[in-house]
Amino acid sequence: MSDAPSAYQPPPVALHPAGHGHTPHHPYLQHHFDSMAQQAEASTLGMWVFLVTEIMFFGGLFMAYLVYRWQSPTGFQEASHHLNIYWGAANTAILIVSSLTMALAVRAAQTSQPVRTQVTWLAWTMVLGAAFLGIKAIEYADKFKDHIVPGPHFVWHGLYPKPAEQFYSLYFAMTGLHALHMVIGLGIMTVITIMAARKTFDSEYYTPVEVAGLYWHFVDIVWIFLFPLLYLIGRHFHPGA
Amino acid sequence: MSGHVAPKSMYYAVFAALIIGTALTVAVAFVDLGALNNVVMLGIAITKATLVVLYFMHVRWSSRLTWVVAASGFFWLLILFGLTMQDYFTRGWVPGTFR
Repeated sequence: MSDAPSAYQPPPVALHPAGHGHTPHHPYLQHHFDSMAQQAEASTLGMWVFLVTEIMFFGGLFMAYLVYRWQSPTGFQEASHHLNIYWGAANTAILIVSSLTMALAVRAAQTSQPVRTQVTWLAWTMVLGAAFLGIKAIEYADKFKDHIVPGPHFVWHGLYPKPAEQFYSLYFAMTGLHALHMVIGLGIMTVITIMAARKTFDSEYYTPVEVAGLYWHFVDIVWIFLFPLLYLIGRHFHPGA
Repeated sequence: MSGHVAPKSMYYAVFAALIIGTALTVAVAFVDLGALNNVVMLGIAITKATLVVLYFMHVRWSSRLTWVVAASGFFWLLILFGLTMQDYFTRGWVPGTFR
């Protein structure tokens, strides 16, 4: 801890001029942390705490789904039968691929791969996220066309019109909140991609990619549960049964 | 500072498992197994979610504290479901009568 000038030349983002009683360190290490490892650990833990609140946020909707489905299981099956399982399955696959490209983007930063590699994986993640939202838009448009959007114009030709309206209320609330998270995720990825293009990340400092990845994977996990609960429960349902 | 670097092959293996799980759950959905459909479907979903948390989200190599925080989220979710449903279950309502 010497105040003597050092050979270390801080990059332009240097936090302090020399002479504050600390040894030279990585430009991205903030002063209230002892080391890069401690800083990364604190950020990751903080993100997990946020994700726990997100689990409870979505949890409320899953709770509502559980109660109403318990009240009218057959009505929910009949309503779910109308959803397009192939769009749903395609979107599940798209999100899983995007999680893979996200994980590989984190790994590219973690192993100090060239900027081009990091940006490519991040760009693929964003393209797949946008494709997911595109398919969701097609599905939503179909619902409006078929008059199964809850409200005054809701029309149901099955045996359980009320449970069907409840099912589609939950469908729009749950997939809508999920889609909002995807849109926010695309915003986050835009920032991370710009940071990566500016050569911010290497094996010493990649916490922002890691933390953004945690968010992206969490949104994937929500869909992993939404897909079976919304699309699959009505597949083996025979109308009139 | 460098966290655990997992080999690329591991990420591809987890990815393959997730895709196989998705195909499996879609295939099973077409077969009428009664209440068992829910068990299979949720079993596969929980397995897939666990794979994502452990490997893609690196929890397998994270500190104990991260483990506890991550697990607490799901634990609290079970409290939410459990305590709420024990209320509904004991109201004497007959499920399936609502139209």
